[in-house]
Amino acid sequence: MGRTLNCKIFRYNPTKENDKPHIDTFYLEETPRLNLFTALSKIREEQAPDLMFDFVCRAGICGSCGMVINGRPTLACRTLTSDLPDTIELFPLPFFKLLGDLSVDTGIWFRDMAERVESWIHTETKFDPIAEEERMNNTLANEIYESERCIECGCCIAGCATAQVFPEFLGAAGLNRIGRFLIDPRDQRGNEEWFELISTDEGIFGCFGMMACDDVCPKDLPLLEVFAHIRQKMTGMTLKTLGGFKS
Amino acid sequence: MKVIATDVLIIGAGLAGERVAIATAKEDLDVIMLSLVPPRRSHSAAAQGGMQASLGNSIMGKGDNPTIHWLDTVRGSDWGCDQEVARIFVDNAPIAMREMAHYGVPWNRVVGGPQDVFIKSKKTRIEEDYEKEGLITARAFGGTAKWRTCYTADGTGHTVLYAMDNMAVQLGIDVHDRMEAMRLIHDNGRCLGAVTRSLRDGEIVVYLSKSTVLATGGYGRLYGISTNAVINEGTGSWLALQTGIVPLANMEAVQFHPTGIVPTDILVTEGCRGDGGTLLDVDEYRFMPDYEPEKQELASRDVVSRRMMEHIKKGKGVKSPYGDHLWLDLRHLGEEHLKTKLREVYDICMYFIGVNPIKELVPVRPTQHYSMGGIRVNKDGHAYGMKGLFAVGEVANWDMHGFNRLGGNSLAETVVAGMIVGKCVAEYTKNTSLKTDVALAETFTQKELDKITQLLNGSGNENVYQLENEIADALHHNVGIFRNGGELDEGVAKLKEVVKRTKNVKVRTSSSGMNPELSSALRIEGKAKQALIIAMGALNRTESRGAHYREDYPARDDANWLNRTLSRWPEGAEEPVFDYELVGVLDLPPGDRGYGGGEQIPMKIDLEEYNNRVDQDQTVKGRLKPVESTGIRLPKEAWKEAE
Ligand SMILES: Cc1cc2nc3c(=O)[nH]c(=O)nc-3n(C[C@H](O)[C@H](O)[C@H](O)COP(=O)(O)OP(=O)(O)OC[C@H]3O[C@@H](n4cnc5c(N)ncnc54)[C@H](O)[C@@H]3O)c2cc1C
Ligand code: SF4
Ligand code: SF4
Ligand code: FES
Repeated sequence: MGRTLNCKIFRYNPTKENDKPHIDTFYLEETPRLNLFTALSKIREEQAPDLMFDFVCRAGICGSCGMVINGRPTLACRTLTSDLPDTIELFPLPFFKLLGDLSVDTGIWFRDMAERVESWIHTETKFDPIAEEERMNNTLANEIYESERCIECGCCIAGCATAQVFPEFLGAAGLNRIGRFLIDPRDQRGNEEWFELISTDEGIFGCFGMMACDDVCPKDLPLLEVFAHIRQKMTGMTLKTLGGFKS
Repeated sequence: MKVIATDVLIIGAGLAGERVAIATAKEDLDVIMLSLVPPRRSHSAAAQGGMQASLGNSIMGKGDNPTIHWLDTVRGSDWGCDQEVARIFVDNAPIAMREMAHYGVPWNRVVGGPQDVFIKSKKTRIEEDYEKEGLITARAFGGTAKWRTCYTADGTGHTVLYAMDNMAVQLGIDVHDRMEAMRLIHDNGRCLGAVTRSLRDGEIVVYLSKSTVLATGGYGRLYGISTNAVINEGTGSWLALQTGIVPLANMEAVQFHPTGIVPTDILVTEGCRGDGGTLLDVDEYRFMPDYEPEKQELASRDVVSRRMMEHIKKGKGVKSPYGDHLWLDLRHLGEEHLKTKLREVYDICMYFIGVNPIKELVPVRPTQHYSMGGIRVNKDGHAYGMKGLFAVGEVANWDMHGFNRLGGNSLAETVVAGMIVGKCVAEYTKNTSLKTDVALAETFTQKELDKITQLLNGSGNENVYQLENEIADALHHNVGIFRNGGELDEGVAKLKEVVKRTKNVKVRTSSSGMNPELSSALRIEGKAKQALIIAMGALNRTESRGAHYREDYPARDDANWLNRTLSRWPEGAEEPVFDYELVGVLDLPPGDRGYGGGEQIPMKIDLEEYNNRVDQDQTVKGRLKPVESTGIRLPKEAWKEAE
């Protein structure tokens, strides 16, 4: 006999007059290898047709389904109920704008972040369709890929103490994005530009370094190393700015 | 009524849509992209294995060129593709890969010197050329003569989409996400915009545009069991079908990928087999070389999927509570390889089914994966019969894939077609003025509002989720990998019934805002009608070609069926109407694919006669005149040198 799961789900529809945040409880028979994508879809089909949540790839790849599951921000689609106790508490990610129930607006925040850190290759080089591509060392390509793997799920932001009190903070995802372009030789931003971006309260100064982000990141991004690299780079830049060294 | 005007309205913000947005924004046009989800969550992000382009940098791709790529593509399509479009694609794919490198994609690169790789599952030492060190490298994929698939580990769709979206952000292109296009506004064969519904709060918003581009991806989710994202529900092809004018083409051409994992049906990439993974049966015996001695696990997808099902039918499948499956063996690739180049695959196996591919076999079976069919467009991407409407990417039938697309050719298509069609859209838009017919927009909006009222307050009693399941069930059981007249008849009958019942759907909660059940209910008519078109198209086509396999008609019939299915659903009609057009100018005469076996019935007329009829035939079938004349991009018999 399978277990009966007791799903306590945060409910609130901001478009509905007089609606107040509350918890609804749903009971669900556990089936083998049940994940929260299937579980929530079943609840919607059978018990609560108006339940709002977001899934797209349902394969742990697209970053749509971040939510707080028994206190921990993570991806719902790849969370198996067999790894959870009988009672499952589901809340939307904090920090982001709530759209309804478990659905939050991560897209707008990440677009804004991309604009703020100018998340693109800054280059004067024009693309030449008939020229051979610029060469790159494969080890470096792999290093860039490591940071590029962020799926913008927002779990790190939801788990970050700074972000909760200081909404302008770029968060681990934002700092990681900076780190990604910082090591890309195709990006020709100069030290001053980087410095302006990094050495602010929105940037690395805002970070306490307790690494809750590193702990929750479902894609296991090497955030610790990325931050260390950014700090190191910044120290180098500070010394230069103070006129100490020339390189 | 809220109305927003723009030059170019792009519906869909996956790779294809974004590439068109970039092409048109660079021409100083006003561009708005709509998407069901934030652009980076589009299904393009989920593509793993890579994209094909004949750069020929890896030693295993040495000597590759667009013509060899073209030959693989035409054979892969089982001669169902438009050979000129395939040519335009292969010629531009190398440029597109390099451009994506310029946008920031961290492509894996050639490492000079000795490398240990697997070729036909045997460990082999190759010597990569030091001269090529640092250029974009490639891996093996199915149905290709060379290693040609460019990749970033197994997160290619992700990195390419992120680089593309970075460019869109840099150009400041507007994205209105969580907006669903519901209906095209059109008049007298010209598209004027779309009626949309916000998935944030349910608001209806009208967009008026000089040109409208559909880039909405595939319809895999109609099958229920699919590797596709849950948003791939064919809403874009429905927009076109709903006009009653624009045809959908080859909807019966549905691809099944050999390696969906069991259970959950999540894809593990063809790169698994490209990198040396093998397929084993219940006795842990490697069966593919027995069926396909030459290509083995790397024949085209339609062939491998059929061989797998054939083997399962012989009783060689592995029994499980989720049905029979086979094994994918990746163990010999080693931990290092699985945790770097196949890392997503490793994660998927570990998280979703608790299988460690370093030590254990992965349960797999063929699973619905790709939609070759779609909105029929000319080679500029312009929809048949509708000025100002374009389609690009998986939703379009541009038709480089015919009846089977090669792995790695679809992701590449999105950026190449985006580039080509983007130019045509820009050109068209610059020569067009905005037509703001508010009264007309109101008529179309009213139709949508009436539909919502009907669903919320009507007297129906059908449950939308129940109907979704019945559609999936009918397609899965009656229009699967192996098809036959009896089962197809039954499928058509079931689906006709479902189409009728969609009129009686009733939404249970009238909750304000986006109301997920209402959103599903609004999509159900389109799903049912397209499912019926798939089934009827498959029933009509009494031959076997590519992914469309008829047990009762196992031969490929070039005498009668070297054509493309066109289906329309005229307004108010009970059933769709079918028509057929010539596939395009043929340069490579129909022949044997070199894998898959099977018999071919030869053409009745000669090649020249066929080719002479193409232009006129397609024009009669609704094709708008392309900017350049038909066949001009197809260098005659260039393939003879490559053979
Ligand atoms: C798991 C998986 C792996 C794959 N791997 C590979 C691979 O390795 N190589 C390869 O070549 N191909 C691969 N493919 C195929 C390839 O990824 C897709 O064909 C391709 O990404 C489709 O891109 P697209 O831009 O056409 O559509 P999508 O990326 O699907 O984007 C569709 C867009 O349209 C929007 N949209 C849809 N309907 C509406 C509407 N009504 N209103 C507004 N917006 C709408 C969506 O929000 C989305 O932004 C894979 C496919 C799958 C399923
Ligand atoms: S280390 Fe702490 S403060 Fe810094 S980004 Fe991570 S969670 Fe936030
Ligand atoms: S860094 Fe990790 S946790 Fe944060 S958004 Fe990216 S993938 Fe999610
Ligand atoms: S649905 Fe895509 S990561 Fe969960």
